[in-house]
Amino acid sequence: MNNRKKIIGVSHLVKKFGNFTANDDLNFEVFKGEIFGFLGANGAGKTTAIKILCGLSSPTSGTVMVAGWDVGKFPDRVKERIGYMSQRFSLYNDLTVKENFRFYGGIYGLSASAIKERTAYFLKKLEMEQTRDVVLSKIPLGWKQKLAFSVAIMHDPQVVFLDEPTGGVDPITRRQFWELIYETAHQGTTVFVTTHYMDEAEYCERVSIMAEGRIVALGTPAQMKENYNARTMNEVFVKIAR
Amino acid sequence: MRKLLYILQKEFTQVFRDKAMLPIIFIVPVMQLLVLSYTATFEIKQVRLVVVDHDHTPESRALITKFSGSSFYKVTDQVEQYDRAADLIKRGKADQFIVIEPQFARNLVIEQNANIQVITDAINGSAASLMSAYAISIIGDYNREIIVGMTPLAGQALPISVQPSFWYNPELNYITYMVPGILVLLVTIIGLFLGSMNLVKEKEIGTIEQINVTPIKKYQFIAGKLIPFWVIANVDLAIGLLLAFFVFNIPVIGSVGLLFGVASIYLVAILSIGLVISTLANTMQQAMFISWFFLVIFILMSGLFTPIESMPHWAQILDYANPVAYFIKINRMIMLKGSGWSDIQSEVVILAGYAVLLFTFSIWRYRKTV
Repeated sequence: MNNRKKIIGVSHLVKKFGNFTANDDLNFEVFKGEIFGFLGANGAGKTTAIKILCGLSSPTSGTVMVAGWDVGKFPDRVKERIGYMSQRFSLYNDLTVKENFRFYGGIYGLSASAIKERTAYFLKKLEMEQTRDVVLSKIPLGWKQKLAFSVAIMHDPQVVFLDEPTGGVDPITRRQFWELIYETAHQGTTVFVTTHYMDEAEYCERVSIMAEGRIVALGTPAQMKENYNARTMNEVFVKIAR
Repeated sequence: MRKLLYILQKEFTQVFRDKAMLPIIFIVPVMQLLVLSYTATFEIKQVRLVVVDHDHTPESRALITKFSGSSFYKVTDQVEQYDRAADLIKRGKADQFIVIEPQFARNLVIEQNANIQVITDAINGSAASLMSAYAISIIGDYNREIIVGMTPLAGQALPISVQPSFWYNPELNYITYMVPGILVLLVTIIGLFLGSMNLVKEKEIGTIEQINVTPIKKYQFIAGKLIPFWVIANVDLAIGLLLAFFVFNIPVIGSVGLLFGVASIYLVAILSIGLVISTLANTMQQAMFISWFFLVIFILMSGLFTPIESMPHWAQILDYANPVAYFIKINRMIMLKGSGWSDIQSEVVILAGYAVLLFTFSIWRYRKTV
């Protein structure tokens, strides 16, 4: 593990909202091409942390290095190098598939030909070529989530953050989604994913589990099951989060 | 720059794809101009007059005929008692009544002095003073005729003769005065509402979050939100000017280029106010209420309906901060008087100052972090 390039380095991250400490001294590292599961019950502080990692929020104290830059100091440098898919679906429902790709490609500074080429590539991979000129509001949720993921990695980021990407998605689409995640990680993009589905946690290379603003466990799913004497990640989660 | 073009392309696509938006942008302003220009008038025609004639002589009837012959008056009732007339006013069936005293004709001839009482419903003060002035002028006319009738030379003997001449709007046409102001009103409404709704809509549906994780520069995003509506409002102004010319026969006497130049500066200021509201509000509802708050104050204080000169001193001072007041003044000057750059430059400089200040403030206020 240690000979792989470090993509995310968090040390002593603290985030306070008034008296409430949402993130209490977080320390972890994530490496190139890794699928890192970021787990925790609702309100454990996952979304706060992910927002800090993406430069949407600044830490109260501590250092957060992402893709070689300090997020607190150079948020835009970091933003060029990461992809993000939020909990809420946040592509434009009133634009077509092609227009969404074109807009985000344009914002990330891709050339017109690169935008065309990447759009064609993703649509072919998702077998969604026929939806190219359909507005997003007419496309089913599962397909939209796969599109949102594709748009998030369109500019070939070093790391992509997925905040509960498969919420409300059917099991078959969920499986297809994870195939996309594997493929992306295999190509060298780090995947940082939060989820409430513990079967998905099993697919991660390493997972961390948060409770009350702290990381209470971190390791491979196999190590965790052994440490907590559990058969599944679900049991691990229930033991810790309780 | 290339990124800005992609943002503009997206914004224009969204505006023109929204089926509800097109009528709002292009039909509503036309309706506003056509309807408001005819209705926003203080002229009072057809005052409903009740007459209480206690005299019933040819002289009293001649006076009543003078009222009924005026295009401003409609004699709706003749009653015998004062109380009946007062009751008609009270119930809103009449606007004014006159009481002709008994012995009116006799007093005129013998005493050379007779009284007429004029009573006006003064709930609306400015309307009441107009109606009162009408009545006094009609009675004054009648007075003069009587004097001339009794001493034939008196008519020619008036030493000063007044020949008023009204510049820039010789027919004292109210529409001519209102149209330039209403043009400002409609581009202001379009600018302020579109400016304040658009960004906050992205907040409400959550798409802003995706934008905020991109390396987009704040000025690029704000400019991308401003330019489309700036173009649209200018197009609206062009449509309005064409309507003013073809429907109301009001040409732009001054330079059309100068007018659009000023409008462009003004619209940056108005759209920036909208964008500032947008960055402060979290929902479209909040943005709507804040926009209304500013819009109502700006417009009521703009001199559109009531002259700024007749406002109290403190309100006139406040109006230095009202961009709408500047542009209404400038637009009337350019359209009706043909004023040039040198006549309006100080106002334009102030507007430009506002535009720069507000645009910068909206960029600063827009937060890519939560």
